[in-house]
Amino acid sequence: MSADLNIILPEIVLAVYALGALLVAVYTGKDALTRPLIWLTAAVFVVVAFWIGVSSEVGTGFTAMIVKDGFSRFAEVTILLSAAIVLVLSQDYMARFGLSKFEYPLLITLAVIGMMVMVSAGNLLTLYMGLELQSLSMYVVASMRRDNVKSTEAGLKYFVLGALSSGLLLYGISLTYGYAGSTEFAAVILAASGEVPLGLLFGLVFMLAGLAFKVSAAPFHMWTPDVYEGAPTPVTTFMATAPKVAAICMFARVTHDAFGNVVEDWQQIIALLSVLSMFVGAIAAIGQRDIKRLMAYSSIAHMGYALMGLAAGTVGGVEAMLLYMAIYVVMNIGTFAFILTMTRDGLETTDIMSLNRLSEARPGAALALLLLMFSLAGIPPTLGFFAKYAVLQAAVDAGLVWLAVLGVIASVIGAFYYLRIVYYMYFGETEAPLDNDVPVVQMVALAASGILMLALFPNLLGLEPAAAAAAAALVR
Amino acid sequence: MIGLEHYLTVAAALFVIGIFGIFLNRKNVIIILMSIELMLLAVNINFVAFSGFLGDLTGQVFTLFVLTVAAAEAAIGLAILVCFFRNRGTIDVEDVNVMKG
Repeated sequence: MSADLNIILPEIVLAVYALGALLVAVYTGKDALTRPLIWLTAAVFVVVAFWIGVSSEVGTGFTAMIVKDGFSRFAEVTILLSAAIVLVLSQDYMARFGLSKFEYPLLITLAVIGMMVMVSAGNLLTLYMGLELQSLSMYVVASMRRDNVKSTEAGLKYFVLGALSSGLLLYGISLTYGYAGSTEFAAVILAASGEVPLGLLFGLVFMLAGLAFKVSAAPFHMWTPDVYEGAPTPVTTFMATAPKVAAICMFARVTHDAFGNVVEDWQQIIALLSVLSMFVGAIAAIGQRDIKRLMAYSSIAHMGYALMGLAAGTVGGVEAMLLYMAIYVVMNIGTFAFILTMTRDGLETTDIMSLNRLSEARPGAALALLLLMFSLAGIPPTLGFFAKYAVLQAAVDAGLVWLAVLGVIASVIGAFYYLRIVYYMYFGETEAPLDNDVPVVQMVALAASGILMLALFPNLLGLEPAAAAAAAALVR
Repeated sequence: MIGLEHYLTVAAALFVIGIFGIFLNRKNVIIILMSIELMLLAVNINFVAFSGFLGDLTGQVFTLFVLTVAAAEAAIGLAILVCFFRNRGTIDVEDVNVMKG
C-alpha cells in the first residue's frame, strides 16, 4: 500500500497543497492573497517538476492503474514547468484588469493534477478521471470573467463541446471494456492483437474521436477559436500550452499502451486527422484579424504536425512528437507573453493591426516576436524548423511520404499569416503605438523564448535525449 | 430472452438521440445539458450490460465513477449557464453567438 502511495506522491503533495491553500485563502485574505498564491503555486510547480525530473523511479501502482515511466516523467515535467511560467506571466494581467481571484492559481493546480494523472494512466478509468479533473477545472477558469459576455460564452461553448467529447470517449471506453474484457491497458493490448473484433474497433474509433476533440484536431476543432478568443488572455495562454501537451501525451498512451499491437488500425485515422488539422489551421487562419483567434488556428495546425509524429507509429515518431510539443510550448509561451502586454491607452487590444510599426515603438519586442513567428512558421534556422523536420523525418521513415509532402505544403500556406504579422510590425502603416509600460516578467519571457528560437541545436539542455528516452519507455 | 445485444441496441439508440439532441436543438441550452446527461446514461447502460455479461465488476465500478463525474459536470455547466444568463438575459441556443466560429 505505501508503495502505491509513493508512486503518486507528487500528485498527493499537489492535491494537499491545493486544498490547504484553498482553506487558508477562504478563511483569511481572500483575493488579497492572489499575488502571493500565484508565486507560491508557481514555486511549488517548479519544485515538484525538479523532484519528478531527478527521481528515476519507474513502476506501477494501485494494480497498474497508475504507470510512472520515462514517458510520464517527460510529460509531467513539461506540464509543470509550462504551467508555472504561465502563472507568473498572468499575475500582472490579472491585477491590471481586476481579475485577481485566489481561485485562479488553485484551479490551475487542480487542472495540473488532472493532467499528471492523464499522462500516467495505466487504466481507462484513471485516464477518464484525470481527463475530467482537468476539463472541469478548465471550464471554470475559461468563464472566470463572470461579468463579460464573451468569457461566459466561451465557457459555455467549451463546456458543451467538452462534455460531448467526454461522452464520445466514454462510449468508446465502454465498447473497449466490453470487447476486451477489461479496462486495463495491459489487458486491452492482449485483446487488441491480430484479428481485432469489430466491437473493439468501434471502441477505438470513438475513443480517437473523443481524444481528437481534446487536442483540438480537425474536424473536431470548432470550439478552439471561440474559446481562445473569449477566455481571458492568461487562461488562453494556459490552454495553448500544458493541456495540449497532456492531451497529446494521453493520445500517445492510448494508441501505444492499449492498441500498440494494431498500429495499422489507427495509423490511417490519425494521419487523416493530422492532414485535416494542418490544412484547416493553415487556411482558416488567413482571414483572422484577432490575434487570439489566429493563435487558435495556429495551434490547430501545430497539433496536426504533432499528430503526424504519432501517426508514424514508431519510437522515432513518438520522440519527434514529444520534441515538437516541448518546442511548441516554448514558442507559445513567448508569443502569448507578448499578447498579454498588448494594450492601448490602458485597454486590451487583440487586433493584429495594432502591431503596425511595432519595430519603431518597441524594437526589442518586435525582434523577439519576429524570431517567434519565423519559428512558428518553421523557417530555418529557428528551433521550429527542427521540430517540423523531426516529425517529417519520422513520417518518411514510417513510409508515410504522402503525409510528409502534404505537411510541407500546409506549412508553406501557413507561413503566409505568420509572415504577414512580421510585415505589419516592420513595414505596416503608422498607427497609434501600443502602450510601452511592459512588466519585467513578460519582457524576460519574450526575450528568453526569442533567444531560444535561435539556439541552433535541438538537443538543447538535454531535450532530445530526454524525449528519446521517454519515447523508448512508451513504445515497446 | 433478452441478451446483450438488446442492451447494446438500446444504449446505442439513446446515445445517438443524445448526440442529435445537442446538434439539432435550436431552442434552449438546458436541453443540451439534458442531452449530455442522456449520452452519459447510455454509456452507463453499456457498462452495466457488459459487466453482467462478462461477470466482471469493473464495469459497475466505472458506472459509479461516471455518475459522480456527471453530477459534478452538471453543477459546473449550470453555474456557467447562470453566469451567461446574467450577461445576456437569454439562454436560447441561437443567442450564443457573440463570437462567430
